Amino acid sequence: MKFGVVVFPGSNCDDDMVHVLSEVMGQEVVKLWHKDEDISDFGKGDCIVLPGGFSYGDYLRAGAIAQFSPIMKSVVKFANEGGFVWGICNGFQILCETGLLPGVLLRNNNQKFICKNTHLKSPTNNAAIVAHINLDKALKIPIAHAEGRFHADEATIKQLQDNDQILFYYCDENGEITEEANPNGSTLNIAGICNAERNVFGMMPHPERASEDILGNTDGRILFESLLSTSKVMMG
Amino acid sequence: MSEVQITVETAKNLGLTADEFDQIKEIMGRTPNFTELSIFSVMWSEHCSYKNSIHWLKTLPREGSRLLVGAGEENAGLVDIGDGLGCAFKIESHNHPSAIEPYQGAATGVGGIHRDIFTMGARPIAALNSLRFGNPDLKHTKRLIKGVVSGIGDYGNCFGVPTVGGEAYFDECYNQNILVNAMSVGIVKAGETVSATSEGPGNPVFIVGSATGKDGIHGATFASADLTEDSAEDLPAVQVGDPFQEKLLLEATLEAIQTGAIVGMQDMGAAGITCSTSEMSAKGGTGMRIDLDKVPTRQKNMQPFEILLSESQERMLIVAHKGQEHLLLEVFDKWDLECEQIGEVTDTGRLEFYKDGELIADVEAEPLVLGGGAPVYQREYKKPAYLKKVNAFKIGKIKQPEDLVAAAKTIFTSPNILSKRWIYEQYDSMVRTNSIHTNEASDAALVRVKGSEKVLAVTTDCNSSYVYADPYKGAMIAVSEAARNIVCSGGEPVAITNCLNFGNPYNPEVYWQFVHAIKGMGEACRKFNTPVTGGNVSFYNQTVLENTAEPVFPTPTIGMLGVLDNISQRTSIRFKNEGDAIYMLGTPQNDIGSSEYVKRVHKVRYSPAPSFDLDEEFHIQHNMKLIIKKGFVESAHDVSEGGLFVSLVESAMAADLGFVVETDYNFRKDAYLFGESQSRIVITVKPENEDDLVNYLNSHNVSFTKLGEVKGQNAIIDDKDFGPITEWCKLYDNKLGEIIEN
Repeated sequence: MKFGVVVFPGSNCDDDMVHVLSEVMGQEVVKLWHKDEDISDFGKGDCIVLPGGFSYGDYLRAGAIAQFSPIMKSVVKFANEGGFVWGICNGFQILCETGLLPGVLLRNNNQKFICKNTHLKSPTNNAAIVAHINLDKALKIPIAHAEGRFHADEATIKQLQDNDQILFYYCDENGEITEEANPNGSTLNIAGICNAERNVFGMMPHPERASEDILGNTDGRILFESLLSTSKVMMG
Repeated sequence: MSEVQITVETAKNLGLTADEFDQIKEIMGRTPNFTELSIFSVMWSEHCSYKNSIHWLKTLPREGSRLLVGAGEENAGLVDIGDGLGCAFKIESHNHPSAIEPYQGAATGVGGIHRDIFTMGARPIAALNSLRFGNPDLKHTKRLIKGVVSGIGDYGNCFGVPTVGGEAYFDECYNQNILVNAMSVGIVKAGETVSATSEGPGNPVFIVGSATGKDGIHGATFASADLTEDSAEDLPAVQVGDPFQEKLLLEATLEAIQTGAIVGMQDMGAAGITCSTSEMSAKGGTGMRIDLDKVPTRQKNMQPFEILLSESQERMLIVAHKGQEHLLLEVFDKWDLECEQIGEVTDTGRLEFYKDGELIADVEAEPLVLGGGAPVYQREYKKPAYLKKVNAFKIGKIKQPEDLVAAAKTIFTSPNILSKRWIYEQYDSMVRTNSIHTNEASDAALVRVKGSEKVLAVTTDCNSSYVYADPYKGAMIAVSEAARNIVCSGGEPVAITNCLNFGNPYNPEVYWQFVHAIKGMGEACRKFNTPVTGGNVSFYNQTVLENTAEPVFPTPTIGMLGVLDNISQRTSIRFKNEGDAIYMLGTPQNDIGSSEYVKRVHKVRYSPAPSFDLDEEFHIQHNMKLIIKKGFVESAHDVSEGGLFVSLVESAMAADLGFVVETDYNFRKDAYLFGESQSRIVITVKPENEDDLVNYLNSHNVSFTKLGEVKGQNAIIDDKDFGPITEWCKLYDNKLGEIIEN
């Protein structure tokens, strides 16, 4: 499995993602420059990551400009052909702006940037990045965003629920999905989702910040491990 | 522009003195024109020339085997941390802009200090900030806090460098004049640094980054109606930050350095093009011929002095090797940044600025700069009268409170003690995935250096109440506490940067504070072998109270860099295991001087700085390092604001564990629990290591006390239950946010 990490000029979690994928997970990773369109090296079973940051400054609305970048044309095509696309934080915002994922990410309900550890609970193992997550346990994974309040109309939310597309809820450390555990006012505490075809994932929390012993938190690693083993099954 | 008559009045309007004006005429051999005089006025301003401070700054220790550049030689200090890596770090103030426009003032403060780091070729990997606000109950203060914090957050978060540490204190002396000191820490491979110099006549000079606008020109000093068509009131004095542009500039300049095309580079902060051209030329012993028509501007009809003095952010001046211009242009084109050749290096030693083909200013570079011809003054000073009130304090007149739990709560809910969570959660503290302290707090912030085993320990410290009560001792304590925080985290203190925030230097009492603080700082830095690598001086910080202007507390903020050879040396504040013994290194004192306790519980504003002995401090720290290496220490937390009680509760809160301790009847209980006498560290030890620890401490003459043990869920002191740790935690965590938001 090969990874491509897209570098927008304002990406700032690109190096962190490359570090975890290559140094921690031992995977092949290349950076993909936003002005390039050619990602023909990547095929089904490979994964394109849209990392966190402020793609083009995000003064307008997070991800609003990034959707028009040359690389995103190719990423959309790649996703539509079944390749894995994983957007984290700003990447999630961009995926919603491009329409690869439903819903939008609004300004946090306290109107502030929030950076802190949150806890996440997955309701399903039915997606590559959550395949091996223990559904009874809360994962401690940090957030860092000003616009992370997931919002969609009722019909879309119902569709996400019916299709098992919700991958993460914010919860407390005991795994209870409560209002207090919701850091930004997201609808139903939603922290991450996938598309109906289950090959495009978006999440606000940063698993790459929780994948190393030296940082005192390795809860995020299970997402990478899940993706790698699922891909192995697919390819095998 | 019609030429105006230049007189001593013009010079005074620009902030120069009559003597300085005479000196300028002598240097020039003629009367300068307005543009030339403007150049002198900004270069000889306090901010650029350090004219009222440099004499004393030179008395600070500025040498050390690990220093790769001397203090003041480059934009920031540079220290060898081993493994072929250098660490560039510096702290700088942005007080006045932040007091006027807190959001942009603080944001551009962050941007400016990061540029100082990456203009040297180092990639910033951590930011800290040291903030001083007035009374947080005031509406005005709340507005300033919100603006400053979101300004720092929005800039740093977008720029992508984690804010890993800092401090925030509140006192009414800062009601109108807040302090915003920002620090940046960067890493560079040995041999890849860039100097702020200009060499090689004929080499092209480029301006890169943002276009130049009218923001940041000190409008007030140009309030002379016949100078321009525009009214001076239109010139905004506070700059506007664009962190996305800065991010592009960071990546582009670091990439450009790799091409080998760069001779020298300097960022544009204060005094913009004027400062960067004159400092680079003076350093290289060269001159520059600059065509101001080539400078990309944001608006039409900018006057030459406006282009020269503009402090528009996110700009750099680059001198490139002739013939390699294309390498530079390719990189900046890739990052969609402007990169314009505006002139070339000459061998004249003069700065020649042209506009519309006409030479509009012609000034020698050397006389403009610090260390060159810029003036140096020693101001008179005298012992401040208020010190009498400080020294009149008698602890015997302070009655011990009957309810110590209530007293503890009062101290604990002081904004200076409360968790700064409301502030730091608005900063991305984890980006770049090096923040080791996120999930395991230490007294200093710990930052991994990728590609090396090394861990940086960084901290900012200054209790300005102590410095006010005794500038000499207070500054020694600031350095010592910074070192203590690093030592308690498992690190070795290496070097400091300082941000010297004081009142008006022409006030002899203020200057006395300044001189004595410098002396104390120098003394402590020599003791700890932590030389001063650079920093900045901010004078004229004062708050107007009714009819008088009161200087802020003298606030010489210390930013200290320490190094851990590897993560195994890391020590954190969290109590580790129930049953571990709690010890205090150092000597308790019957002392409540300048403590939160005496200020909050007894409302005493004037009392002496806490007891402190530099040799004792050094001895404690030295042995602390050794017992960490021996593996005796499970947790470590120094005793600082709020005293022993706060230190114990903070370690307990981090662990969700309680403690049972006893005080010593030889001391007043309030002093024992809440006094802030220095050079004390609370450690915990596994029971099986206690004998070895005690033997070690006895044989090395380290004063210590066994306090008790980690136990249960409550704070128990002398059999008195101070309540569950979870309750203290609730108070601690959220109260500051409630004060600011309501």
